[in-house]
Amino acid sequence: MNILIPTPLRPYAGGQQTLQVEAATVGEALSALTGAHPELRTHLFTPEGRLRAFVNLYLNEDDIRYLPDKENTHVTAADSLSIIPSIAGGLAV
Amino acid sequence: MATTLQTALPELTTDDLSRYSRHLILPEVGMEGQQKLKAARVLLIGAGGLGSPLAFYLAAAGVGTLGLVDFDVVDASNLQRQIIHSTRDVGRKKLDSAAEKLIALNPALNVVKHEIMLSSANALDILADYDIVADGTDNFPTRYLVNDACVLLGKPNVYGSIFRFEGQASVFATRQGPCYRCLYPEPPPPGLVPSCAEGGVLGILPGLVGVIQATEAIKLILGNGEPLIGRLLLVDALAMRFRELKLRKNPECPVCGAHPTVTRLIDYQQFCGIKPETAQEKALKNGIPQMTVKELKQRIDAGDDLFILDVREPFEHQIGNIGGKLIPQNDVPRRLGEIDREREIVVHCKSGGRSQRIAEYLHQSGYANVSNLVGGIVAWAEQIDPGVPKY
Ligand SMILES: [Zn+2]
Repeated sequence: MNILIPTPLRPYAGGQQTLQVEAATVGEALSALTGAHPELRTHLFTPEGRLRAFVNLYLNEDDIRYLPDKENTHVTAADSLSIIPSIAGGLAV
Repeated sequence: MATTLQTALPELTTDDLSRYSRHLILPEVGMEGQQKLKAARVLLIGAGGLGSPLAFYLAAAGVGTLGLVDFDVVDASNLQRQIIHSTRDVGRKKLDSAAEKLIALNPALNVVKHEIMLSSANALDILADYDIVADGTDNFPTRYLVNDACVLLGKPNVYGSIFRFEGQASVFATRQGPCYRCLYPEPPPPGLVPSCAEGGVLGILPGLVGVIQATEAIKLILGNGEPLIGRLLLVDALAMRFRELKLRKNPECPVCGAHPTVTRLIDYQQFCGIKPETAQEKALKNGIPQMTVKELKQRIDAGDDLFILDVREPFEHQIGNIGGKLIPQNDVPRRLGEIDREREIVVHCKSGGRSQRIAEYLHQSGYANVSNLVGGIVAWAEQIDPGVPKY
């Protein structure tokens, strides 16, 4: 499947916009992603492994939090997973 | 204060009829829609990148009252995207610059200037006077403040945000739809997500996103079309691709959920992990004492022996200087011999960034008495000697 990496996180994913991973579920896709790019893990997950509160993951148009099977949702090669972090334009926070 | 009585819509004048003729012939706007626009009160948070197109188009469309919240002044680096300001406005208050352009565009517009930093203490009072809020802020504390205030007051929040080549837009805090906290319950810790000042932003991007916000505000006023409620629009200007994600109202949302834990405004700086600088941190940064321009002036006037080191480039030194020894930052390592180890050294640059790094470098190279001039020559020009040109 495709994983779409947003601009702020691209430096931690080898500068790439889209990554291709082989996975049967959302969870497997995330493992493959953070396995290939360990730096992304700290940006996406807390040390306890929970998805961070300022990052959302969407399978196609749907927030995985609201999918019945959440991370265990089955995926196909045609699906795409989007990482959507909060962004603030303009001045430094 | 807004009256709760549903007053009759304002009449359109003959000037209005000609000015808005292209609206009036649209069945979706028509006379009544134009009257709704005239009656509408929209508050724009920020007169910057997103606020510029928002304000221009809402003023042009005939929105009767536009409130602007901003306390910033126009800087040359704003002009690449903040199209409501012109080159001659550099140094002016953004509110004055923006209000002048808006009135020139539409003299019937009522512009309300709120020259204030929106805070938990004033947000509810300011927002209460408006029908719709458009958030064009550039920082997380204000973003969450605006969201929570809109939820508490039941006002729709037309949201836009930008980073480099990407933007987001949505409409939050309507009764039926989700709010910003449903999407992102908490902000990122400072430093984890780069800001635009570090990351940059394509100048037209706030134009794209701000015009989307203006469109949504007008649709909400007209009560027509499908607003971006429950949808997050993603704009990728590089690929020129627009995508849409579904947003849901989170039943556990701390502010708009079934059992809210946020029932009044909180300290948003603290919520976003921003601690106020202590006096000691201010006086010492990475081990380097921070000297203010006032202190430097006093020390010079007192006849103290100071070695003032100017680490700017030669062309900057030519524009204006305060008599320091010029060694451009990149030349410092090989010209250490020219910097007297025995004397007290004050390093300065334009605004204090480069000089801090060089002060740290000198400190590491064994210089015992080095301080950094806070705010650089710009602060000197502003607070001590207006004869020194600012650039
Ligand atoms: Zn909510």
